[in-house]
Amino acid sequence: MTSSDVARHPIYQSLGGMKTCSTSQSSKEEDDTPRCLNITGHVGFESLPDQLVNRSIQQGFCFNILCVGETGIGKSTLIDTLFNTNFDDLESSHFHPNVRLKAQTYELQESSVRLKLTIVNTVGFGDQINKEESYQPIVDYIDAQFEAYLQEELKIKRSLFNYHDSRIHACLYFISPTGHSLKTLDLLTMKSLDSKVNIIPVIAKADTISKTELQKFKIKLMSELVSNGVQIYQFPTDDETISQINSSMNGHLPFAVVGSMEEVKLGNKMVKARQYPWGIVQVENENHCDFVKLREMLICTNMEDLREQTHTRHYELYRRCKLEEMGFKDVSPENKPVSLQEAYEIKRHEFYGERQRKEEEMKQMFVQRVKEKEAILKEAERELQAKFEHLKRLHQEERMKLEEKRRYLDEEISAFAKRKAASELLQNQALNASGTSVKKEKDRKNSSFM
Amino acid sequence: MAGTSKRPCSPCSPCSPCSPCSPQPSSPRPSSCEMFGYVGIEAVLDQLKIKAMKTGFEFNIMVVGRSGLGKSTMVNTLFKSKVWKSSPVNKLGPLPQTLQLQSVTHTIEEKGVKLKLTVTDTPGFGDQINNDKCWDPILNYINDQYERYLQEEVLITRQHHIPDTRVHICVYFVPPTGHCLRPLDIEFLKRLCRVVNVVPVIARADSLTLEEREAFRWQIQEDLKNNGIFVYPQKCFDEDTNDKTLNDKIREKIPFAVVGADREHMVNGKCVLGRKTKWGIIEVENMAHCEFPLLRDLLIRSHMQDLKDITHNVHYENYRVHRLNESHLLTKGAGWVTLSPPTRRTSAGTSRSQRWNREDTESGC
Repeated sequence: MTSSDVARHPIYQSLGGMKTCSTSQSSKEEDDTPRCLNITGHVGFESLPDQLVNRSIQQGFCFNILCVGETGIGKSTLIDTLFNTNFDDLESSHFHPNVRLKAQTYELQESSVRLKLTIVNTVGFGDQINKEESYQPIVDYIDAQFEAYLQEELKIKRSLFNYHDSRIHACLYFISPTGHSLKTLDLLTMKSLDSKVNIIPVIAKADTISKTELQKFKIKLMSELVSNGVQIYQFPTDDETISQINSSMNGHLPFAVVGSMEEVKLGNKMVKARQYPWGIVQVENENHCDFVKLREMLICTNMEDLREQTHTRHYELYRRCKLEEMGFKDVSPENKPVSLQEAYEIKRHEFYGERQRKEEEMKQMFVQRVKEKEAILKEAERELQAKFEHLKRLHQEERMKLEEKRRYLDEEISAFAKRKAASELLQNQALNASGTSVKKEKDRKNSSFM
Repeated sequence: MAGTSKRPCSPCSPCSPCSPCSPQPSSPRPSSCEMFGYVGIEAVLDQLKIKAMKTGFEFNIMVVGRSGLGKSTMVNTLFKSKVWKSSPVNKLGPLPQTLQLQSVTHTIEEKGVKLKLTVTDTPGFGDQINNDKCWDPILNYINDQYERYLQEEVLITRQHHIPDTRVHICVYFVPPTGHCLRPLDIEFLKRLCRVVNVVPVIARADSLTLEEREAFRWQIQEDLKNNGIFVYPQKCFDEDTNDKTLNDKIREKIPFAVVGADREHMVNGKCVLGRKTKWGIIEVENMAHCEFPLLRDLLIRSHMQDLKDITHNVHYENYRVHRLNESHLLTKGAGWVTLSPPTRRTSAGTSRSQRWNREDTESGC
């Protein structure tokens, strides 16, 4: 699209070779890289980084930490100690049926910097009897944050600069201080998270391990992680100002930390420490634990790099996988670059066709059902009709029988009447022959008889 | 985008803090906490600075105006170097028949800060007899840069740092007639202020006296207001009262009356940049003579980052919205099916984002 559009201009020339310009009609400089120019006076753009910083201060910063570890291993205490404040977290119970993620956002301010800190805790991790499903909610949560950002980025009318970034920038993985090796659950969880988030493993409750055991434990842990191919976050060593300190810190991973917000009097100062009958473990003493190193690395030196890694590596990977899953490609089968726009149109057309098809299907099914119902009703009607006919027929038959009987009866009555008439005639004749007295007597008898 | 069917909840929705896998983890009002001591959060500012110095900065400026107004000289004076080795168009030859755009890119460094500067010149603008639609090549060029950025942003495998060639500021040179803006100026400014940050300047201001300058400036401001032209710094993007007071002062002085010069002369024992005439030396960096320092401060020393931000957050986003909504007007390939035009989506943004989002139609901003 670019080259054809550029050719549409009347004449578009480029001198000095802009890297992105591909067509030019007149002579082009031999080298493509921009020339270095010497300035002869003070221009003033060295204030640019300050302008950038001012804008960032105005917008505020956003940092999201995910804490993964068993219940009671000291996650909330460590976060409290890291940020030197009490985040008001209650103790969680050990009897949750599954792993849930609880997120809380706090606004911190230090001099001119406003930080929106989100702490995500895994509640109930490692407590269940069957831990097979323990790490899936964590992976789902991280993916959901990426998905939300991707949705926002793909909107037509979007407001990215206003968007509260909820993607996890750092994952503190708390390892139990057994002194032996990584638990299987830890290994599995870290393996499933390492391509999605920057993992910083820490050894929790480090005051339960002695110095020599700690060294062996650290070496064992790192070798296990390496041999299982788990990629943990390495502090960046490409910038000269911080490369030295970062590379030395890389050698101390994983950090053995102790967290405590309680203060104990030591000498004439109050220090954050844990008091035991046999001594006091000071949180900020580098000989006692690596807490100061963790705070240095996580907050003071590499916060920006963690955010950048999340955005440019993990998020881009998620985006690429998601878009490819949805069927978009950068290069079509004929090896011509397919714009995402065209791909969207094709997808939209596909979905549209799919929807049409489904509508047709549903319509047909509906019609089918109606037909069936109609057929059933018709059937019932027919049956009813047949019954009616049958009954009517029966009724007719009965009637005919009755008619016959009556006729028969009528015939009998008429036959009887005839016989009676005939016998009366005979009697009359007989009387007429014998005389009338006898007739009278007979009449009297007949009348008394009849 | 009909391909994606999920919609996230807006950033301020009250999701319960204990729901697993909720897209937005924050409770409605994040609680503020007091820290008991120094933690070291402000070290992040240094980290930012280090990162910025390492990657370097980019800045793209475009100068538009009739030939002979001193555009190239002005650019040389702004960046105190020979940005243009020679005049891009041979002064003795015939004027070009059509408008040509020419860009040149340099890397300059000052106190460890590296700046990749791209200057685009437009020789031939307004020089023809019929200047109708002479702004089209310029608009096309600006939109092309947005298009390039959009294409890079939309790829599946993206580069870490997308090269930014979008024009951050367009400096428009108004000839010093002393009367008012010409029709060509008005038409051009009207169209361009919607796609890019525009700053008009009165060129060759040494031909106007101070009173004439003030009258001309007032007249131009009236013309701009009457025609609905919003030049940088735009009023609607002032974020708070500090910004507003600062920008109001600048807006009073726009357009700046500038003089460009790249030769040095001796004045009172000091070596200054200036134009030498029979009646005196016009010092470029003297506020009493011309307002060049104001222009330089605005462009470079105080508002450079702001210019880039507005280009990225407002103009580029407007272009993107336009482009993505017009997808059904794309050139159609084989097997294309015309679908119904996509419906406009209204995103649930906060009031601040609405201040930044400009409608595509005329807005009273």
